[in-house]
Amino acid sequence: MSDKRLTFKKRLHILKHHYRGKKLAPAFNAFHTFLFSPDETTHSGGHIRGADDLKRTMNTVIMALIPILLFSMFNAGYQHYAALNGFPENFSVLNDFLTWDNFWIGIIKVLPLVVVSYGVGLLVEFIFAVIKGHEVEEGYLVTGMLVPLIVPIDTPLWMLAVAVVFGVVIGKEVFGGTGMNILNPALTIRAFLFFAYPTWMSGDKVWVYQGMERAGTPDAISGETILGYLAQNNASEFSYTVSDMFFGFIPGSVGETSAFLILLGGLFLVFSKIASWRIMVSAVAGALAMGLIFNGVVDAGWITETSKFYGLMSFDFWKHLIVGGLAFGIVYMATDPVTGSQTNKGKWIYGFLIGFISVMIRVFNPAYPEGVFLAILLMNVFAPTIDHYVVRGNISRRMKRFKDAVIIPKDTDTKEASIKVETI
Amino acid sequence: MALLSKKDTNLILDPLADNNPITIQVLGICSALAITAELKASIVMALSVLFVLGLGNVVISLMRNIIPSKIRIIVQLVVVAALVIIVDQVLKAFAYELSKTLAVFVGLIITNCIIMGRFEAFALGNGVWRSFLDGIGNAAGYGIILIIVGFFRELLGSGTLLGFPVLGNPIEKTGLYSIGYENNGFMLLSPMALIVVGLLIWVQRSRNKALIEEN
Repeated sequence: MSDKRLTFKKRLHILKHHYRGKKLAPAFNAFHTFLFSPDETTHSGGHIRGADDLKRTMNTVIMALIPILLFSMFNAGYQHYAALNGFPENFSVLNDFLTWDNFWIGIIKVLPLVVVSYGVGLLVEFIFAVIKGHEVEEGYLVTGMLVPLIVPIDTPLWMLAVAVVFGVVIGKEVFGGTGMNILNPALTIRAFLFFAYPTWMSGDKVWVYQGMERAGTPDAISGETILGYLAQNNASEFSYTVSDMFFGFIPGSVGETSAFLILLGGLFLVFSKIASWRIMVSAVAGALAMGLIFNGVVDAGWITETSKFYGLMSFDFWKHLIVGGLAFGIVYMATDPVTGSQTNKGKWIYGFLIGFISVMIRVFNPAYPEGVFLAILLMNVFAPTIDHYVVRGNISRRMKRFKDAVIIPKDTDTKEASIKVETI
Repeated sequence: MALLSKKDTNLILDPLADNNPITIQVLGICSALAITAELKASIVMALSVLFVLGLGNVVISLMRNIIPSKIRIIVQLVVVAALVIIVDQVLKAFAYELSKTLAVFVGLIITNCIIMGRFEAFALGNGVWRSFLDGIGNAAGYGIILIIVGFFRELLGSGTLLGFPVLGNPIEKTGLYSIGYENNGFMLLSPMALIVVGLLIWVQRSRNKALIEEN
């Protein structure tokens, strides 16, 4: 009879004891701790409880992503109707962008991507936790949100599901799960999709809702990305203004378009000390440096307008930051604390090369109109090497200082009596 | 009377699973990654290696007492090169298209670590019949992995098996393709072959814990 007065929370606590030691315990515990704090205390030694545990860290990143998700839902509709009816004249954000019609497209197209990404990814995590008998880790929380934001809107859901299974298993679980992975799982998923189903990941049809569906019919619609136009040397064919690019009213992967919201999210992450400002700053510097080099090549007249690289090379160097996925990649992917460099000096090198290589791939490889994910994955692989040399360099510098150090004994006042310290 | 003694049976069966040249010894990986995009090429490659390794082991075993130890590697190379040239010429004569698909990898059988490894480790110290069985066994162990990898890569990458469209026609949208299925282009690239081999190793080791090394 007292059963009726038990709260949901109490019932879960009782169930927990029931599940202890059983095979499904990790799955139950994950569900339990997702809703409530566990009722257990540690029994041995003194512990300091940090507020910024893994779950808190992940949630902060999710918070920084929510505005981008909402924006992308409106943009999904805006791009669809713009491709259908042409861009509205006298564009006003309130009347043309933040409309229910636009948001509805977002609900029917973007939300399923989020649901599939989380559903499949967490299912894989649960299965692995049950098989390996450890607790479900929170590692997928951020990946699950990043994935729908970096794929084209028309990506079929089953493809996303296949890619998520691949990315979580090959990108993460085989290395030992959360915190042990070499490659960023979200980008592994993106790379898998890109190489497995290239027709769905590039071209001018995939960036708007119904673009693939209507392809080849009289109702065909398309929305080429700015980088796509530039790669074909058609810079004159798009009419996006710089403010369109900055605020994100352009076609592109679901969540990558708004440099403004990404900037806000980046500032939020820097001030909450979740993401490394060193990586962000150096990656921006790297991208600008490469852009300046290309602009310099054009100004010097080394390449002509007939060159296939002309469109992208003559693109103003700073505009590289506000088109394509560069900003999103720098703020949310490059700063991944697991796969990035750990040392401060390493972070500068790592970030700089990400920006530098991203723009280089953009310009030199028209087959990959966006090179950010390749650049970050490449640098993910090199991050441990960079760290290794930074640490070695630090050790040898300090060894040298130690060898050269001159110790003056206290009881003598002559410097001649100083002793040269021998090597250890 | 059994055709093969228990010891001889193990010479063939061991390399198929618990001492597989690819998944356990991790030898002969290059060709396993390079030519397994099609099942047909995998099968031909497996048969070529079967021929070269089976016969090569016999030849080396026959000569094992007269080969001077100092130049044995050169002798082994001559034997394997001769056999590979025979395979190459036969392929060019009777299956020209296929030999173009396999391209340089037929010639590279010469450098396949499995072959030199078996010559060195087995044929130089064992009798003709046992060397033959060992060669057949190891080549079969190599071939079976090639065929498994080739099966998955061709099925998922091109939707065909041995060239027959088993999943429907991707252009006319029949079969599986009518409900939106698409071929996985990544399967046709070599990195995916590495991942498939890795998954095979994973499956094998989780089924037989004794194979997991201490570290």
